[in-house]
Amino acid sequence: MEYAVNIDDLTVAYKFKPVLWDIDLDIPEGIMMAIVGPNGAGKSTLIKAILNIIKPIAGTILIFGEPYQKNRHLVAYVPQKGSVDWDFPTTALDVVLMGTYGRLGWIKRPGSKEKKAALEALEKVGMLEFRKRQISQLSGGQQQRIFLARALVQNAKLYFMDEPFQGVDATTEKAIINILKELRSSGKTVVVVHHDLQTVPEYFDWVTFLNVKKVATGPVKDIFNDDNLIKTYGIGYQISIKK
Amino acid sequence: MSSAQIEIQLIAVVVALACAIPGTFLVLRQMAMISDAISHSILPGIVIGFLITQNISSPILIFFAALTGVLTVVVVESITKTKLVKEDTAIGLVFPAFFSIGVLIISSQLGNIHIDTDAVLVGELAYAPLDRLIIFDIDIGPVSLWVMLGILSLTLFLMIFFYKELKISTFDAELAASLGFTPIVIHYFLMSITSLTTVGAFNAVGAILVVALIIVPPASAYLLTNDLNKMLFYSSLIAIISAIGGYWIAHLANTSISGSIATLLGLIFLFVFLFAPDNGLISVISRQKRQKMEFTLLTFLIHLKNHSFSNNNPPEREISHLTEGHFRWNKSLAKKILDFAEKNNMISIENGIINLTERGEKFTGEALNFILNNETSKLEDMNERFLLFRG
Repeated sequence: MEYAVNIDDLTVAYKFKPVLWDIDLDIPEGIMMAIVGPNGAGKSTLIKAILNIIKPIAGTILIFGEPYQKNRHLVAYVPQKGSVDWDFPTTALDVVLMGTYGRLGWIKRPGSKEKKAALEALEKVGMLEFRKRQISQLSGGQQQRIFLARALVQNAKLYFMDEPFQGVDATTEKAIINILKELRSSGKTVVVVHHDLQTVPEYFDWVTFLNVKKVATGPVKDIFNDDNLIKTYGIGYQISIKK
Repeated sequence: MSSAQIEIQLIAVVVALACAIPGTFLVLRQMAMISDAISHSILPGIVIGFLITQNISSPILIFFAALTGVLTVVVVESITKTKLVKEDTAIGLVFPAFFSIGVLIISSQLGNIHIDTDAVLVGELAYAPLDRLIIFDIDIGPVSLWVMLGILSLTLFLMIFFYKELKISTFDAELAASLGFTPIVIHYFLMSITSLTTVGAFNAVGAILVVALIIVPPASAYLLTNDLNKMLFYSSLIAIISAIGGYWIAHLANTSISGSIATLLGLIFLFVFLFAPDNGLISVISRQKRQKMEFTLLTFLIHLKNHSFSNNNPPEREISHLTEGHFRWNKSLAKKILDFAEKNNMISIENGIINLTERGEKFTGEALNFILNNETSKLEDMNERFLLFRG
């Protein structure tokens, strides 16, 4: 099996408090994986450590067999919607264009080729007509679509999304999941921090249970069960999931 | 106009521009107060530099002082990182400490020479043309003009080159980091530019007013546009207007130039704050009032729709129901809403019974659809389409 990500002995801590503790995790290529776990389980931290945004205490992380710096261009990231200031004076198109910055490198400006790619990505997420809209004038769902378009324009092989369904309407959730499934069918790997346990079997084929330590990882059909839910969330959670 | 007058205005314009451009990014990064800290804590750098070079415009002094500015940021951030004090407290702790060191050195070492505490606080733009730059016996203008032109050119050059990097790391530092743009480098690059500009501007406008030049133009421009390029443009325009306007106010009123510039900036901000087309206070209040009125109308129309299929003389649709029935509106509100609905051709009234018109039915139906589908953001567009008179 080819792996998109190999993580060995990863530990991340804030001061003396471990946020992630000795994580070993291999993410096979071409899967669509949910990372689930309670608040404070380290889900976002795991993604940020993989993306080299947070420095771990220990551990190695390989992206397609190489360190992140080397394969950065193969990775796209959709942060939590709340992580940016939506009053920033810019348009939807401009935010999507930011997805091309990584490929351009320092100093070089996006040109007509980049603009064309950004417009295509906007069309894909159904936001073409809003391209000139100032971003604060978009609804929560529309903002999330813009973020997804920005990741699409990166044309990566590996996508990370941090709670993309938080505060979005049902239509947007369906639209996003369809695009993600499309990405997977074209051989891309998609990793999503996810909160809604009910939809895990419907949306994903792979799941990682996380609560500071890795509880389990594997195909949804094999490991998405009461046993792992209790181990991750504690007693009481198993009732809410009916298979 | 004498050549000294022209030179003073030129210096004022160049200083204002050099402040307003990095200021735009500081305001967007919610770091306005950092410029206040830098402007004060460069003082010991300037004083020590002056003791070494004996020349207020020497490049060594400017470099030294700019370094003190960057050091302030480093110290503030290190203190904040301990989590023992919050950032605003850390800023308040650091810059008075630095500033007071500068004041102590001035009062003990420099007595009455060139730098005095008054000049530190408010600058002395009027004297700026006295210090001339002379190369090969040719007088090419005031030193401070050339110093500030140099700083402005450097700022413009760097901002144009790293525009994309500044923008992405300001808007989304995490994405910038994941794309390899090291936001921390860009952060310190901006801090260095700000320090350098502040040191240069300090001589002309002083420690307190330089903050006005850094913060007020972008703060005004922010209310005028939703586009970063335009924000930079408006910011620069306001900087230029206030520099020249401020000079002439000072000239006519025979008062401090830097004080007049700052006052004019304040007035410009106040004007923009009140009258900006979309984001000004008056526009925001009238929009809220209108939206409230239109929402009340919608509530009323939905009520009518809910009861439109009941019996022939339904009490729910009587005019008196608005004041005496479930609505409990006061008479003037009831009248206002009824007038508003009639004016927009949404209702017809016969014998004290209110009925939705065809138009009213259509409007209410569409609105209900949006509400049920959780698309209330589309209501505003719908009001735009339907209402002949807005609330």
